[in-house]
Amino acid sequence: MRSLRITGAIAAVGLLSLAACSSSGGGSTDTAAPGGGLKPPAMEALKTLGAGEGQVNVVAWAGYAEDGSNDKTVDWVHPFEKETGCKVNVKVAGTSDEMVSLMKTGEYDTVSASGDASLRLIYGGDVAPVNLSLIPNDKDVFDGLKNKPWNSVDGVPYGVPHGRGANLLMYRTDVVKPAPTSWGAVFDANSPYKGKVTAYDSPIYIADAAVYLMASQPDLGIKNPYALDDKQFQAAVDLLKKQNTIIGEYWSDYTKELQSFKSGNSVLGTTWQVIKNLATADKAPVEAFLPTEGATGWSDTWMIAAKAPHPNCAYKWMNYIISPKVNAQVAEWFGEAPANKLSCEQTTDKQHCTTFHAADEPYWSKVFYWTTPLAQCLDGRTDAKCKDYAAWTQAWTEIKG
Amino acid sequence: MTARLSAWLYRHSRAGLAVLLSAPLAWLLLAYLGSLAVLFLSAFWTVNGFTGDVVRVPTLDNFITIVQSAVYRTVAVRSVGVAAAVTVVTLIFALPMAFFMAKVAAPRWRHWLVIAILTPLWASYLVKAYAWRVMLANGGLIDSILGGPGHGPGYGLPATVIVLSYLWLPYMILPIYAGLDRLPNSLLEASADLGGRGWRTFRSVVLPMLVPSIFAGSIFTFSLSLGDYITVQIVGGKTQLIGNLVYANVGAADNLPFAAALATIPAVIMVIYLYAVSRSGALEEL
Repeated sequence: MRSLRITGAIAAVGLLSLAACSSSGGGSTDTAAPGGGLKPPAMEALKTLGAGEGQVNVVAWAGYAEDGSNDKTVDWVHPFEKETGCKVNVKVAGTSDEMVSLMKTGEYDTVSASGDASLRLIYGGDVAPVNLSLIPNDKDVFDGLKNKPWNSVDGVPYGVPHGRGANLLMYRTDVVKPAPTSWGAVFDANSPYKGKVTAYDSPIYIADAAVYLMASQPDLGIKNPYALDDKQFQAAVDLLKKQNTIIGEYWSDYTKELQSFKSGNSVLGTTWQVIKNLATADKAPVEAFLPTEGATGWSDTWMIAAKAPHPNCAYKWMNYIISPKVNAQVAEWFGEAPANKLSCEQTTDKQHCTTFHAADEPYWSKVFYWTTPLAQCLDGRTDAKCKDYAAWTQAWTEIKG
Repeated sequence: MTARLSAWLYRHSRAGLAVLLSAPLAWLLLAYLGSLAVLFLSAFWTVNGFTGDVVRVPTLDNFITIVQSAVYRTVAVRSVGVAAAVTVVTLIFALPMAFFMAKVAAPRWRHWLVIAILTPLWASYLVKAYAWRVMLANGGLIDSILGGPGHGPGYGLPATVIVLSYLWLPYMILPIYAGLDRLPNSLLEASADLGGRGWRTFRSVVLPMLVPSIFAGSIFTFSLSLGDYITVQIVGGKTQLIGNLVYANVGAADNLPFAAALATIPAVIMVIYLYAVSRSGALEEL
């Protein structure tokens, strides 16, 4: 249990950083070019793999490149160094924005980018396409993660998928009766659980309201919860302002939510799988599920810098980090679904892939991966102007009041 | 060479002073005032929505947004209210404690009491804030004392004021203790000789002489509360203060110019407060 706790703690750090910057990928169903007609700079992928350069500079989320300094047993950096002779220099980034600015320095070789960062990096010419034939482990990656709008452009892959997770609805089984099935439970202004409802403290949570509106108010015509025009955006903001009256607290720190659910200060609200697992392990009577409307989520990609100083070592790293054993280690440490199919046999907890729905494609088809809203609508509409992330941030301030 | 230099510096004592002070002065000007100036300057810039680059063209947009949106006014007023409430609460607790330390306790116990007051400052801020979170939770210590699950204050503005008051109490006690320590006992005796009882002596003798000390302490509690954003995140429920808005714009939105514009609000409030306080002579008590 102890190691799981630490895992959770580190996962939280990583997830927090993910959260802070609103990570990951376009909606799972939309295929429109997110750049809205923009083309990424023309670039060639590496043709052949040469000898390692002796080191590789990695930009990663906390928990993605562990060298045993957080937990002696959690170390996949040293085995990589021994195997390839590439010394790994890890730079942990706290936000997607930080990742983008670090990659712009040209000093780093590879990055574990989330959806919003990945697109900015691709269109900014900071990352190069990848030659997947040089990454043998890519063949074992779940098809549901390959060739997606946040890791490829026009069929050209810009990285290898790392892992994914969904934002779920959690409730206390001893208090919330009958069991909810829909996000409507957290948006009901007359909720009997007033003052005990919790929500995720980030502008990106507006997308959660949009996901609910997609189902509850189809006439708004929301196709992608990250592409909201004035009217749709206003509807989501109004819904959240109404929700504010029943909110007990907003959480961004996972330990905060865990403790609230254990003590019963919160009984209903959005969560991550890893938090539910920790709460259950602490004997809190909680259940978490994917509501009928679907949900928001995240998906990360390892990408290579356009001017990588150590491209060979970077390719070796990308192949290594998604290898079955290592991908399983990262997924368990971080608390997410691995990208590699074979990882599921390698996890310490044999139930890990089932718990995190790694192979459950119908489950993921209802997950809208986090992505940064742009003024140019991500759902491909050209006759409407969407709200960008700056507007989302200001609206979030107003929602909280 | 060294001897000649020192002889020269001895004869030109002002030059020697200048050499001695140049390093700390440069530090003060560059690191402290310089960064404040940069902060204020960048508040007039904006951010390009697509690329996230800072646009270095002076504009009043950020300030117009702040003035026009009701939410920023509400949050600013709420923050000042919390800071004022924390100052009052700490004062109520600090006055009797400091009086006991300075005038009642045996002299040999005094420095032990000062150490006891300072000890909580050795523990991490986060540890203390999270400990309060647990105590305020349903079924936590305070909740149980007040009658079981849900009867405590829970998380929100009152919890924020309680925890901040706890955190900043030593900063209020120490200046008041120092002020009382300097207050000659003979004044208290003189007051008693003239027929002044406890309350009268406190109101007419002790309090007027303590005003600068109280203001000195309030500078700490007020400014520390005004800038705080962590405690309110931990026990504040859904409350947000100015610090949270700055943090959100630095982190989530990556809009540093707007964060800088927001950060000028507490800076301006503190300048006004310090100006008011300096007129009372409290700055000499720091």
